[in-house]
Amino acid sequence: MTAFIERWGTTIIEATLATFQMVTISLFFSILIGLPLGVLLVISRTNGKRYIWLYRVLNIVINTIRSVPFIILLFALLPFTRAIVGTSMGVRGVIVPLVIFTAPYLARLMESSLLEVDQGVIEAYQAMGIKPLHIIWHVMIREAKSSIILGITIAVIGLIGATAMAGLVGAGGLGDVAYRFGHVRYQPEVMYVTIVILIILIQGIQTLGNVLSQKAKKD
Amino acid sequence: MIELKHITKVFKTGKSDVKALDDVSLTVEKGEIFGVIGYSGAGKSTLVRMANLLEEPTSGDVIIDSDNLVTLSKEALRKKRQRIGMIFQGFNLLKTLTVYQNIAIPLKLTGVAENEIKTRVKKYLEIVGLSDKTDVYPNQLSGGQKQRVAIARALSHEPDILLSDEATSALDPDTTDQILELLLKINRELGITILLITHEMHVIQRICDRVAVMENGKIIEQGPVVDLYTEPKHQTTRRFVESIFPSQTPKHIIKDLQKEGPILDLTFVGSATESPSLSVISNRYQIETNILSGNIVELKDQTFGKLRAHIKGSVQETTKSIDYLTDQGVIVREVVIHDGIY
Ligand SMILES: Nc1ncnc2c1ncn2[C@@H]1O[C@H](COP(=O)(O)OP(=O)(O)OP(=O)(O)O)[C@@H](O)[C@H]1O
Ligand SMILES: [Mg+2]
Repeated sequence: MTAFIERWGTTIIEATLATFQMVTISLFFSILIGLPLGVLLVISRTNGKRYIWLYRVLNIVINTIRSVPFIILLFALLPFTRAIVGTSMGVRGVIVPLVIFTAPYLARLMESSLLEVDQGVIEAYQAMGIKPLHIIWHVMIREAKSSIILGITIAVIGLIGATAMAGLVGAGGLGDVAYRFGHVRYQPEVMYVTIVILIILIQGIQTLGNVLSQKAKKD
Repeated sequence: MIELKHITKVFKTGKSDVKALDDVSLTVEKGEIFGVIGYSGAGKSTLVRMANLLEEPTSGDVIIDSDNLVTLSKEALRKKRQRIGMIFQGFNLLKTLTVYQNIAIPLKLTGVAENEIKTRVKKYLEIVGLSDKTDVYPNQLSGGQKQRVAIARALSHEPDILLSDEATSALDPDTTDQILELLLKINRELGITILLITHEMHVIQRICDRVAVMENGKIIEQGPVVDLYTEPKHQTTRRFVESIFPSQTPKHIIKDLQKEGPILDLTFVGSATESPSLSVISNRYQIETNILSGNIVELKDQTFGKLRAHIKGSVQETTKSIDYLTDQGVIVREVVIHDGIY
């Protein structure tokens, strides 16, 4: 046991931190893009014929990105990533594909959350002469908050799954450790430990998500 | 004052178009309670939503206190809407906000100062009788209480006009009456003009000054409530009035009775409801009267009664009786069997 911790402790801790880092940074940017995109999807589809073209365009773009598996997206985006962050390697290099992978997914989750908001409440606010941006923030997002939190939880878990492939561009992380040491070098105990850490991580995140979502529900 | 001028609204739904409003014109005077009644799909909601342009007319003008909403800029329309309150069948409160916040946040978003918000929330919760529910979430309230919060929310913007889209349709009869009482109080004490729509004659009868009857996107009849009660011209209007005065005498009984004398529908308005005209005629003339059905209801500011009676006696005596009744201000109409509604 002690020997195991001495031999692998730092590697696993570093990998865990790398996973955390990749997940938080890409989550941040994914929400930054995904939430407004979700709002845009809902607004363009619920406002009659006027903006339906926008909905159709966004729909096609999102579906296209979502049809590409992450591992392929990762390589397909290499030149683009290099152009944006200057490198396609390491944590920096993996953030761009992670965000491009997660944001459209999150947008879809946000779309379905926001669609649950009662149209009548939105109308009541329009009737009171309240600005559209205020309605989006104080009515739509607020009323959907509980469901939005659950959506983000799902996205985070998907994101952790995707980071497992980050090792391919040298970004490290838990998935990378499990694969390189556990699988390639026949160190099954390393693999099991990382799997246990991942299980605990995901259980924890889902529980946290459920608790926060319940809290946001109020009533 | 609300003026709807030649409003037509066509909804384009795929292949077929729906004409929800067909050249509708309507004027609601300042300070009155105007009711629009009609069956489901008549276009009532579409009509009331014109008054704050939640629904844009295909053609026609919506004039509120000399501003034509149709030509206003987005920004000006937003400002104008702040002066027009609206309540809904579904209450439309935010589930995630307390009663206090449900009223306070829209005020904040329309730029009302913080201390003014506190005063207003307190004032209007008091008016609707919910001061003790300030920190409760809507799910912990009954339907009637939710509607009170919605009314307080609308009033807190201190509007000149209140629009109501079936505000009592989701409530039980007792709660409906309480909400109607509240609307009446708001109208009288705060001088707010009310345009409401409903499919219940009861609502019209309790609080409205004037009423319009809608069918298939058209207003088929309008006027003071008492006029529509006494002289309903249109078949649909009659059906609504009948809903208050069920007088379903079986046809064969009417036929049998008519052999011995006419059956009369007597309508009493105001003071005529108080004098015992029927007993007077049976004493004074050689006739016998027999009441088949009847009811007296309280309109907003007068009483209104309907009686169906059979009069047995010679033609001469019945004619004299009818003349007497007419003299007393009673509206007399003989029941004719092929009349349909008889
Ligand atoms: N947004 C819409 N799109 C298409 N058709 C509509 C729309 N809104 C209303 N209609 C149609 O217009 C007609 C009138 O509808 P409206 O809601 O005004 O009726 P209503 O009198 O309020 O009925 P109810 O008592 O059932 O609420 C109906 O035939 C309805 O189907
Ligand atoms: Mg309606």
